[in-house]
Formats: sequence, structure tokens, C-alpha cells
Amino acid sequence: MFDSTIFLASLLNGITMGAVYALIALGLTLVYGVLHIINFAHGACLMIALYGVYALWAILGIDPYAALPVMVLMMFALGYLLQRYIINRAGHSKDERVLLLTLGLSIVFENLALIWFHSDTRTVETAYSLQTLSIGPVMLSLPKFYAFWGALGVSALMLSIMRWTDLGRAIRAVAKERTGAKLMGIDVEQVYALSFGIGLACLGAAACFLLPAYYVNPTVGNGFIFVSFTIVVLGGMGSFLGALLGGILIGVVESLGGLYLGESLGQVGIFIIFIFFLIFRPQGMFGGKP
Amino acid sequence: MHTPNKNLTSIVEISSKPNEGFSVQKNDSSKSRREFLAISASSALGASALSFPLIGGAEAPPVKIGVLHPVTGANAYSGQQCRMGAEMAIEDINKRGGIKSLGGAKIEALLGDAQSNPQAGSAEVEKMNEAGVSAIVGAFASAICLATTQTAAKYNLPHVVDVGVADQIVERGLKNTFRFGPGYKKCAQIAVANLHVLNTAAGKPAKSVMIIHEESLFGTGTANLLSSELPGYGYDIKEVIKHANPTRDFNNIVLRMKQVNPDIVIPANYYNEYALLVRTMQQQKVAPKAIYSVLGGAASSYKFLKEFPEAANGIIDCNHWFNPKDKRSLELKKRVEAKGAFFSYEVFMTYTAMHVLADAIERAKSTDRAAIIDALSKSTFSDHIMPYGPTQFVNGQNMGAQPLMTQVVKGDIKVIIPRDFREVEPIFPLKA
Repeated sequence: MFDSTIFLASLLNGITMGAVYALIALGLTLVYGVLHIINFAHGACLMIALYGVYALWAILGIDPYAALPVMVLMMFALGYLLQRYIINRAGHSKDERVLLLTLGLSIVFENLALIWFHSDTRTVETAYSLQTLSIGPVMLSLPKFYAFWGALGVSALMLSIMRWTDLGRAIRAVAKERTGAKLMGIDVEQVYALSFGIGLACLGAAACFLLPAYYVNPTVGNGFIFVSFTIVVLGGMGSFLGALLGGILIGVVESLGGLYLGESLGQVGIFIIFIFFLIFRPQGMFGGKP
Repeated sequence: MHTPNKNLTSIVEISSKPNEGFSVQKNDSSKSRREFLAISASSALGASALSFPLIGGAEAPPVKIGVLHPVTGANAYSGQQCRMGAEMAIEDINKRGGIKSLGGAKIEALLGDAQSNPQAGSAEVEKMNEAGVSAIVGAFASAICLATTQTAAKYNLPHVVDVGVADQIVERGLKNTFRFGPGYKKCAQIAVANLHVLNTAAGKPAKSVMIIHEESLFGTGTANLLSSELPGYGYDIKEVIKHANPTRDFNNIVLRMKQVNPDIVIPANYYNEYALLVRTMQQQKVAPKAIYSVLGGAASSYKFLKEFPEAANGIIDCNHWFNPKDKRSLELKKRVEAKGAFFSYEVFMTYTAMHVLADAIERAKSTDRAAIIDALSKSTFSDHIMPYGPTQFVNGQNMGAQPLMTQVVKGDIKVIIPRDFREVEPIFPLKA
């Protein structure tokens, strides 16, 4: 049996990682909730954001955290343009086309990254990369601590935007009732593009919090895409609160699974939960009736 | 900032080589097609070598050698280092007048990318075979070498393994496969025996061991060997943990380590994971009596030393190492460093492997594959910078090969064992 400090350390580790998972899943669930797009390019977009953070650091010497506003804006712009000029045009609002399109986009992105950055795994070295924070007897790495609060902060901001701003109301309206929203004078096309933009902006933020304690290579997104989809299903497709809690839950399950079952089996727990939810509560924790 | 990487151009280079006999393929059955290709490729080369007699100053046709490494993917860094070693060797051989017995024929490298997986490695061997190479040097990782040597064997294509420490590589009776360096069985045995010597000399402070290894053939095989050797010397193996490539979070493993509290930690993994593991240990303030690596990916690496001098300090490694008393090895090190690269074991291993092959071609006086295999099997190559005994291939394994034990001392990597090559006295245990 493990010592309580070690259990606690693993738990904290899981919670911090889970917060970042949640932020990534938030973007995915927003895009699904509003556009009903299952965005297979989400992982590849995260990879782009990570390379963005890496390039800013490597070329201009910008600290990953300081890159946050730049990355959020850049990813927002990318998302907006992608939806407006590619997905919207080529998809013709047909789900299966959009599905294939996003899958295709992810392949294109990965290969572009291969051309520009090669397949090497790259990391960012900062003064705080190796620093730890003592929380009682537990040692938590500083980048993870920052990532936790950062991810929570951005998530809270997202939720407030969705709840209290006109844009948020418009997005929710379009998500619920496309035609009705259009009749009320909401520019649906615009809302689509904005939602996609916000979805990717989440990735921009997540990348800034992730990279100091993580790495980037052209296929880095693959590791996140399954986890994110699991979280989205777990929380309920399109539910923000669900994504947040689901993310943290998955982070904890992964970390404790790794501790008890060994590193290579750590992710088993995630998929057991996934299957369990699909069988007994397919609408997820916070989703409506399917 | 970026490590030099030419993989993409080289992929194009290889795939765009004209395939001999390609137009004939269509109508042939696959078996006879293979035979035809093998014959046509080798005879085309042989014929071209014969049919152009060297008349004053005319250039001898080049000897095509496949240089196959995982230059992209998880092993990209190591693969690129290997490739650099091969290219430097070819440069040196060509500068010294090429293969003299073939009229000064230059060696021409056909670069291939195994993409860090065995299937891609095999596919590259097929391509190289069709492009008519005389031999292949590669392919760094054990799992990849296992596949590439086997594919090359189908075409009787000589394959000099540069690193690939898994002993299965030379235990399958493949006549085309030669490994100049030591295998992991030898490395593990030497490491364990020396650990016992060090521990006994220090009054036996270390009793328990934890092994952390990567999941592919190299790590798993090394861990299995250690697990069977160590108890014989009275060590208690507390835990053996396997991890994936890449792994970016070693916190759980290090937390387990904290719980188990072993005297000695033995990592057997590739560079990135090794570096991260040791750094996480530093972060979580886990300091065993020794970090004792067997073929550690970053343990005796100048790159790791430069990037994380504190984390690297004191680490002992049983690994491929050059003869520190040979001046040429230091010259080579300088040349590599002048390129802005690190003189890692991958560089000098592949550098030497290429020389072993060139020596065989020289003696074979031919680019014929069978002749080269024959020359390799009779090799007594001694003009190299490795601390090996006399070269003698038995079933493709160089019996003279051996690893050295190094330790990171005062910001440099120094040989501690054996005595013949010793540069500094070993420090064991690390803390009282």
C-alpha cells in the first residue's frame, strides 16, 4: 500500500493535469455543442498551438506564460478563418463531410508540422521548469501548479462569457435552436465562426500552460484527442461544467491508475470509465436525455 | 536551436531513385520478381563496375551504401546522430582515396529513414535493395535492427549493425548481419559484475535495486537480463517498471521510487525519457546511493551534461564509449563539436561501423554482396577508436567488443572501469 503523502502527490498531480485536460475538452465541447461538429482536428490544432508557443519561446525568447494573449488571439483567428472559409464552405453543413474534413485537416496539419519542425520532440526550458512547490509534505512541480490555476481561470472566463455576455447568449441560442436564432436576427454564420475561434482559443491558452511541463512533436495531439473525447462524452456532449469536472476526474483516474497499475496501464481506467458511461449513462454527467 | 535534420530531403532522394527493373515487375510473379531484382541489382552494379575499365583519371563507379536510421519519430535525435557519424566516416574514407582496391571508388550514401518503427525500417531496406546498394549500415534501435537485418537477409545484403544491442539480432543465424559493438547481455553482465566490485569496495552500502526501462526490445531485454543477474550477487530487486516512448510525466514512477526507496536506481531507456526521469527525481528530491545505468540513453551524453549539469552529476553508466587514450577519438570529438553537435555514442558507433564495412569492401575487392559478407566474416579490423580487443566475428558478433563504465565527475564524463582506460577514480556511493 502506498504512503498517504505519495497518494496525495499523485492525486494532486492528477488534478493539475486534469485541469488542463478540461481546458482542452472545453474547446471541443463548445464546437460540438454549437456547430455539432466532431472536430477530429482538435488534437492537431493543439499541436499547432504548442508549436506556436515553442516558436515564440525559441525565436523571440518569449516566456510561455507571457505568450498567452498572443496565442489566444492567434488561435482564435485561426479557428475563425478555418470555420468561415474552409469547414463551412467545404462541409456544406453535412455532418459526415465535416467529420472527414476535420480528419483530413488534422493529417494536413501534422504533415505541415513535420515539414517545418521535423519529427523531433521539443521542449521548452525555463527557469521554473524544474522548480517545485511544497504543499505540506507533497512536492508539486511549479509549472503544473501554474497550469492548474491558469486552466481554471480560463475555464471560468469561458463559462462567464457563455453565461453573461450577448455573444454567449447568441452562442447558446444557436446551439439550442439554429433556425429560431436566425429568425431572431442572430448572424448564425458569424456565431459558428466565433465559436470555432473560441474553441481553438482555449487550445491556445492550454498550450501556454502545458508546454513548460510537456513537450511538442507533430503527433503530440493524438494523445489528447482520445482523452478529450472521453471527457466530452463523460461530461455530456456540449456541457461546459461537465467538461470541467470530467477533465479533472480523468486526470485523477489517469494519475492514480498509473501509480497503482503501473505507468503502461495507467490509461486503462479512463477507458473503463468511458465504456461504463456509454452503457449506463450515455448522456454523460450533465447532458440532457439523448 | 534546431538539430540538423535532412530527413525529408533524404526520403525524397531515396524514393526518387530510379528502380532497376521496375518496368519488368508487372508481369512477374512476386517470388521470381524478387529474385530477378536481387540478381539484376547486384549484377547491374557488378557489370557496371567491370564494364568501365579505369583509364587514366576516369572515376571508378561509386559504391552505394545504405545508411538507414530513425531520423524522425521517437528516436529522431539518436538517429540523426548516427547519420552524422556515418556521413563523417564516408567523408573521411573518400578523402583518403575511397576504396583503393576498386580503383579509388568513392562511397555514396543512400540515406534512409526508419521513422522510429520496424516496419518503416524494413520498407527502407526494400527500397535500398532495389536501388542496388552493396551493403547497409544502421539502424540504431534494437527493434528496428531486428527487422532491417532480416529483410536484408532475404537479398543476401550485408548489414552492419551500428548500435542495436539486443542479442537476438545476432542470434538468428543470419549470415548477412554483423555487429561490431557489444550486445546488451555483455553490457549487463559487465555492469552487474562491476557494481558488485564497487559496492564491495565501499563496504556494501547498497542492497536494493529498482529498474526503470522503456517498453521496446532494448529496454525490456536489458531489464530482464539485469533481473536475472542481480539476485545472484545478493541484490534485492524491489521493482521493475516499464514505461512508454515518449513519456512526458515521470511523477508517478518517481513517487513509487520514493515509496520503495531503493539504494540503486537503474534506468534503461532512450535519451528523452532518461533525461526526464533523472530530472523528475531531482525535482522530487529522490537521491539514491547511485544512479547506475546500463546503456543509459542520457547517462554518458555530453548533451545531457550540458543541459542539466546538476541532474547528471555522479551518474554511472555502462555504455558504448570510445578509447579515451586514443588521440583520434579526441580529434573526432572536436570535429563533431565544431559542427555544433554533441559527441554522443551514436556518432562514434556508426562512424566505426562504416569503417568496418569499408575495410571489408576493400578486402573483398568487389561490390558483390556475397564477397563483402565473406570479407566481413573474416574481418580483423583494428584501425579504430574503440576500446575493443581483436576483432573477430562469431555468428556476426564481434567478440572483441566491450562497453566501458563512465561516471559524470566535475562536469565531464570520465572512464572509471576498466583500469586500462581509467581516467578518474569512481565515486560510490554518491552520498554517505
